[in-house]
Amino acid sequence: MTRAAAIVSKRLGRTGRFLWSSWSGLAAIFLFCVIWQIGHEAYGAFILPSPIAAIAAVLQLATQEANWQTALVTSRRALEGFALAALVGISAGIIAGYSAASIRLARPLVTLILGVPPIAWIVLAMIWFGSTDGMVVTTVAIAATPAAFIGAAEGIMTRDRGLDDMARAFGAGPWRRFSTLAVRHVAAYVFPALVLTLGTAFKVAVMAEVLSNSGGIGGGLARARSNLDVSEAMAWVLISVVALIAAEYGFVRPLHSELERWREAARPWGVRR
Amino acid sequence: MSALQLSGIGHAYLGRTVLDHIDLTVGAGEIVALVGPSGCGKSTLVHVAAGIVQPLRGRVSATYVRHGMVFQEPRLMPWATARDNIAYPLRLAGVSRKERRARAEDAAARSSLDVEDLDKFPIELSGGMRQRVAIARALANRPDFVYFDEPFTALDVALKRRMQDLVISAARDERFGALFVTHDLFEAVRIAHRIAVMERRGQGIAGERVIDGVPGAREDRQIFEIVMRYLGEDSLFHHVNDIDERRLP
Ligand SMILES: Nc1ncnc2c1ncn2[C@@H]1O[C@H](COP(=O)(O)OP(=O)(O)O)[C@@H](O)[C@H]1O
Ligand SMILES: [Mg+2]
Repeated sequence: MTRAAAIVSKRLGRTGRFLWSSWSGLAAIFLFCVIWQIGHEAYGAFILPSPIAAIAAVLQLATQEANWQTALVTSRRALEGFALAALVGISAGIIAGYSAASIRLARPLVTLILGVPPIAWIVLAMIWFGSTDGMVVTTVAIAATPAAFIGAAEGIMTRDRGLDDMARAFGAGPWRRFSTLAVRHVAAYVFPALVLTLGTAFKVAVMAEVLSNSGGIGGGLARARSNLDVSEAMAWVLISVVALIAAEYGFVRPLHSELERWREAARPWGVRR
Repeated sequence: MSALQLSGIGHAYLGRTVLDHIDLTVGAGEIVALVGPSGCGKSTLVHVAAGIVQPLRGRVSATYVRHGMVFQEPRLMPWATARDNIAYPLRLAGVSRKERRARAEDAAARSSLDVEDLDKFPIELSGGMRQRVAIARALANRPDFVYFDEPFTALDVALKRRMQDLVISAARDERFGALFVTHDLFEAVRIAHRIAVMERRGQGIAGERVIDGVPGAREDRQIFEIVMRYLGEDSLFHHVNDIDERRLP
């Protein structure tokens, strides 16, 4: 009973700290709005609408059911591409991490893929797939895979050999060593990479939609541009940022902080954030 | 009856031979201390015996049921609590979660760990506590043989003594045999029934001495005299001398 209470109170404490840290996030957002407002007053509403106008435009868009669908379409594409990238990148990274030869082979390949600008992938995918859903998802997946791959490979390569030997001494075979030790170590490397990957996924998805006119937030942006409606364009930008933040803080970060609980324990009292 | 028999063990790293012609036997419930200068291959031999390293030559025949192991560093999983670290061998052995908990607590008690420390992560524990956790982990699955690879080298003198006492009483109560690597002759004489001295470059076991008396029953004076006799009169211990000189009181 007391143990359950202790766990609950610990978890509440963590939630509290999370909320507290979001205060500083909020402060940063307000600072950003101030700079935005200054820019607006310097250049006028046509070049840069005020933050209030942009938020009003967001609220305006939010009243229409169809716009929610539009935002969901982009989020779905980004998340599908992200999931594909995570799956392919992490599994390939793990395999490469275990074999020194394949990592030597893969490194230049990764550099090559990272060197191709996402915009080039978009053009190629448009040629291959046409302006379809699959085209956006593929582009997102290709752009986002290398980071996940590198994270997983580094994680495997830097695993603690001492712990591996310890597990071997207690009779763990290769699979048990992987599932009980390597996975945890890889997670620490993969999660920061995944946060990066998720950001790339949303950005590339919107970019692909703008270029290929295949609906979604990018489609909305393209329409706003052709109507020269700057506040609506701003509104779509805000919406894509909000969608990314929702995905990151609703899904990737909580999982990460649950896995990295022990690092929290290392912090001396008082200097937590 | 022997618990562990090593015959003709040889091993090389990247073509460089570090061990050869090693023959060593440890009886059931017997504690053998393995001494030798740093870098002569003691760790390699223990890793071979414990099945961590596949030897190039020779045969390991173990007739004990299962072994535990304590390394020089604690080697704890940083992301797991002390309790989960202690229970790790049980988890590998497929023991149910509930029983793991109980048995980990039992092993912790035998290593004089406080229950409230069990929910802490290794990073929150002192060096001595971490090594206690490592000992508890080695004992968690009730092994009948334990490998120790210089487990207390990093600890200060007072802590070292308490840890040695812990091993002596645990070995007596649970009747496990042990191969205890150390380069501290005082430690070897306190803990073991028998000392095996490794050749300086790992070319076999240079010789063995059965230590008078029983571990735990020898007095400090007696231990001191035995070590002095070994170092002064026994040529077998001449080359461990270089290392152990600095450790004389
Ligand atoms: N993984 C390894 N790869 C290459 N050489 C090693 C490795 N482990 C140990 N050695 C070498 O083998 C020799 C014996 O090492 P070790 O068994 O650790 O000695 P000890 O435990 O007696 O100090 C040393 O010269 C060491 O440098
Ligand atoms: Mg060693």
